[in-house]
Amino acid sequence: MIALVTTPHLDAADDFYEALIETHRDLSAAQSHALNARLVLLLANHIGSATVLREALAAARAAADLTDPGTP
Amino acid sequence: MGLGYRRSADQDAAAPVRHPAVVVGAGPVGLSLAIDLAQRGVPVVLLDDSDTLATGSRAICFAKRTLEIFDRLGCGQPMVDKGVSWQVGKVFFRDAEVYRFDLQPEAGHERPAFINLQQCDVERFLVDRVDALPAIDLRWKNKVVGVEPQADHVALRIETPEGEYRLRAGHLVACDGSRSALRALLGLETSGRVFRDRFLIADVQMAADFPAERWFWFDPPFHPGQSVLLHRQPDKVWRIDFQLGWDADPEVEKRPENIVPRVRALLAHSALKDVPFELVWASVYTFACQRMARFRHGRVLFAGDAAHGVSPFGARGANSGIQDAENLAWKLAAVVQGRAGDALLDSYADEREYAADENIRHSTRATDFITPKSEVSRLFRDATLALARDHAFARALVNSGRLSTATTLQRSALNTRDSDAWAGRMVPGAAAADAPLRRADGTPAWLLRELHVDACTALWFGSGTPDIDLDAATRGCAPLRLLAIAPRGSAGALCDADGLLAQRYDLQPGNLVLLRPDQHVCARWRRPTTGALRAALQRAHALA
Repeated sequence: MIALVTTPHLDAADDFYEALIETHRDLSAAQSHALNARLVLLLANHIGSATVLREALAAARAAADLTDPGTP
Repeated sequence: MGLGYRRSADQDAAAPVRHPAVVVGAGPVGLSLAIDLAQRGVPVVLLDDSDTLATGSRAICFAKRTLEIFDRLGCGQPMVDKGVSWQVGKVFFRDAEVYRFDLQPEAGHERPAFINLQQCDVERFLVDRVDALPAIDLRWKNKVVGVEPQADHVALRIETPEGEYRLRAGHLVACDGSRSALRALLGLETSGRVFRDRFLIADVQMAADFPAERWFWFDPPFHPGQSVLLHRQPDKVWRIDFQLGWDADPEVEKRPENIVPRVRALLAHSALKDVPFELVWASVYTFACQRMARFRHGRVLFAGDAAHGVSPFGARGANSGIQDAENLAWKLAAVVQGRAGDALLDSYADEREYAADENIRHSTRATDFITPKSEVSRLFRDATLALARDHAFARALVNSGRLSTATTLQRSALNTRDSDAWAGRMVPGAAAADAPLRRADGTPAWLLRELHVDACTALWFGSGTPDIDLDAATRGCAPLRLLAIAPRGSAGALCDADGLLAQRYDLQPGNLVLLRPDQHVCARWRRPTTGALRAALQRAHALA
């Protein structure tokens, strides 16, 4: 059973983070949002597994719920 | 017979006359159901509150499975001859083609993936067929104004141009459309999601030479921010659906002076800038994805739009309604004729509610893709379209409508669970796929034309005959007919000469497939036995 990997797994974490920010350089907020959407779709297809994707969606959503400014 | 009100003897009867089956609504669903019942020996009274056929295109895409049903009803050929056959769809984003699909990439099927034919033409062919069947009493301008379900019948009050009369129906089937009067008279509800969007349909006659393909534009330059769908119909008529948005005023949009510039803008975008055209028919529509909680209420059954509604993307409205009709016809006939348990009618509701959920799910997803309801929904939609041109995976996500295919009734109580290992799509519950066959004299034949429809078919794949006692298998139960097909290379009255039957059904010599009268697989065995066949046959008639 494949599960979502949430322990460190990146080949070069700092390099990846820099490249991610760099990819957005000079883009407007709208362009960045569009880029992120394309990125999500590309990575989702790479992962493929519906189970892993559902876990990732739930983990991402859980973080949003924690930081929801509307929640006291 | 044709259209027009005629007085029935029932209107002069001293007491209400009883009929075993009364169908309300002479649209594609009610007409199909009446023909199917009549062909099965059940006399039908078919009531309609108007005396006209549909106008304009409305439903236009009739799917392969529907055509196969129409073949069985005896009116498939004229429809295919008149209609425009197609199987390829193209999707454009702004001004570039991003995706192309082929709905029938394999050969070896008698019928095309789809034909485009205006609903009024389909209804006309169905009415022609009705006219040839004396068992159908089609009564125009007969409006049901009262319904009272009783223990052993449904009492009806009917209004005509010459006043009211009463009838008793053994079973009543409501095929009276999305605003079903019968549903309202019985105080029943339908619920689901209403979409806040409006679409303009324009039927335009012109000498254009676009190919017979389904073309769908997201955000085209000639209609920015919205979607457009183009279909070719017979008689040089083109059907164009323009998305308008919720704020559009339907009365204003319906005016020719407002439609013509939209059509001109579309043509200006093609090589047909100056081609003259004539607006034939137009309408503005909204839609909802919804269904009734139950399609059966005792002796009253609901079919087609009366029971469920979908968005038009995917051609799942009329096609699923006609599948409702064929699902119900053999069951109602078997119950009326005392060959099946009453629970067989429950299976109609179970199976078609399941199918409606599938159709609603597909059409809701397509609608959410076509008309995104939030900023982020639009963001992902546009991201998908942007990726689709270069990346194959994204094309699979592009949803301009998943086009109607027959529902596989996987969880039906009429299915017998497999006891052997099988591959492929022809699982119990699947609508039979067609396959080319050859007769002993060398002439070609088609599997679906050979399947029996007045009874279940035992499709025996092998040379010789199966080691089964058919009399013992069917005693006290509904009849069964044997269809023997010889494997490729063997001799027989019918032979799987191209091996496609074996391929599509994962058959080996000695296997047997049991098919219902509506051509759905309901059981299969690698090594059939009389006992297993008998049990499956009883299960398929709710006698178990």
